[in-house]
Amino acid sequence: MQGRFVRLAETGRAQVTIHVDGAPVTALEGDTLMVAILASGRHLRRSEFGDGPRAGFCLMGACQDCWVWTEAGDRLRACTTQPAEGMRISTSQPGATWASLT
Amino acid sequence: MGQPDVIIIGAGPAGVRAAEALVGAGLRPTIIDEGRRAGGQIYRRQPENFRRPYGELYGTEAGRAKALHDGFDALAGRVDYRPETLVWNIADRHVWTAAGGRQQALPFDALLLCTGATDRLMPVKGWDLAGTYSLGGAQVALKAQACAIGRRVAFVGTGPLLYLVAAQYVKAGAGVAAVLDTSPFAARVAALPKLLAQPGVLRDGVALTLALKRAGVALHAGVEPLEVLGDADAGVTGLRFRDGRGRERAIGADAVALGYHLRPETQLADLARCAFAFEPKTRQWLPERDGDGRSSVPGVYLAGDGARILGARSAEATGRLAALAVLADLGLPVDAGELADLRRQVAGYARFAEGLAEAFPWPAAQAGKLPDETVLCRCENVTAGDLRRTVREAGAKEANRAKAFSRVGMGRCQGRYCGQAAAEVVAAEAGVPVEQVGRLRGQAPVKPLPIAIEEDAP
Repeated sequence: MQGRFVRLAETGRAQVTIHVDGAPVTALEGDTLMVAILASGRHLRRSEFGDGPRAGFCLMGACQDCWVWTEAGDRLRACTTQPAEGMRISTSQPGATWASLT
Repeated sequence: MGQPDVIIIGAGPAGVRAAEALVGAGLRPTIIDEGRRAGGQIYRRQPENFRRPYGELYGTEAGRAKALHDGFDALAGRVDYRPETLVWNIADRHVWTAAGGRQQALPFDALLLCTGATDRLMPVKGWDLAGTYSLGGAQVALKAQACAIGRRVAFVGTGPLLYLVAAQYVKAGAGVAAVLDTSPFAARVAALPKLLAQPGVLRDGVALTLALKRAGVALHAGVEPLEVLGDADAGVTGLRFRDGRGRERAIGADAVALGYHLRPETQLADLARCAFAFEPKTRQWLPERDGDGRSSVPGVYLAGDGARILGARSAEATGRLAALAVLADLGLPVDAGELADLRRQVAGYARFAEGLAEAFPWPAAQAGKLPDETVLCRCENVTAGDLRRTVREAGAKEANRAKAFSRVGMGRCQGRYCGQAAAEVVAAEAGVPVEQVGRLRGQAPVKPLPIAIEEDAP
């Protein structure tokens, strides 16, 4: 699948491998997590309010549309977080199932 | 007496120039910035391992960007600089920060709010589809990450940034589908006398438009955006709009950059209890300040686009001016000639900004025309119809009351991207002037904070 973002320059940087929903993704040093994911993927998460996939919006830490999670459940703002070697990211909130609501 | 505690929030053009003035007077200010590197948004710095030169990144503003970055770097060791730090509250003469999972309350004698701006947004049906980005976000992708937001990008909205970012995309080799400006061309002509207050900037703006035309990019003025086309799986696939002659048209695009000039980030001024006033020209609420940047609260000062949208050049001047006001209020000497010169500069920028507001007006009337099914709040998928029902059925004609009933403005962006359009929707539905609807109150924390709760052993 073709990524949403297009890299136009600065592609000679060192590579960093992260995992997104269990699959390996090659990021470049200096990327934001958002760019790393959207350079090969189409979205970052799904809206909790039922209106489909989201891929971020403001890229400057204001809208909070780009939340992703570590597999341990910590929330990350993808536009202001840098990928680190071995990082394991989930595009859905781990363990966010509430027994009383199911 | 020890040194006064002076805190600057924001390390963009206003904050950096304010810090320089304070350091020049022998003070050691604390600079708190959410960014990873100083520079703010317009002069945002790329990561350390990127190689593109200043000219490629900042175009005609390369010299100013470099001067600002160098100016900041020269302050090293003489300021308490705290990057990647969020100020989430101001209360009891303390600034509350969060960084790396730790929080702190810092007391202040003087506080300079240089909080900058974000894109001002008018929703359009389908803007919740993946692939719609704020115009500023589209620029950040290019400037800070050397990426385009898509293969064929439609630039939609109004304001000088629309042409700047589109031209930057063309220059960087990205695909630009079209530039669709809601402002009629005639408004630009009418605003010329005021725009001539900054002839150099005006010339640069015209040059951008010509560069886009030369590149074969379709430019439309006086358009009405109707719908971002696409579906949940693909995201954006195109855009439907009415052109300046009233004809309905559609273009293909896999990304939309949407922005209607800027809105100031005023939540912290609100939490600091600054008084606000409605500015009819831009239809925005702004914190009140005197000509030098003093707010209504003693010891709290405002500078840059966070106080009023006057642009990056003005931010450098208002930042320095506000710092001189701090020094004067602390009883320190200030050069009267410099004060007068800065005030004169800012007056020129203000006249130009007034011209921009007339040339590229906020299309308030669009809010009333949004189809009921248009998502107004992207955070929580609340539609224009939901908000209108709140006005009709619950009688909510005030911004905060309408928010309480509809949840528009209550989501994770805290009203930054829906608040101003929502006020226009309420005003249109209730048949009252938008200033009567009021403004959303800032709430702490001004951005979401992580909550860590450890699990007890059973």
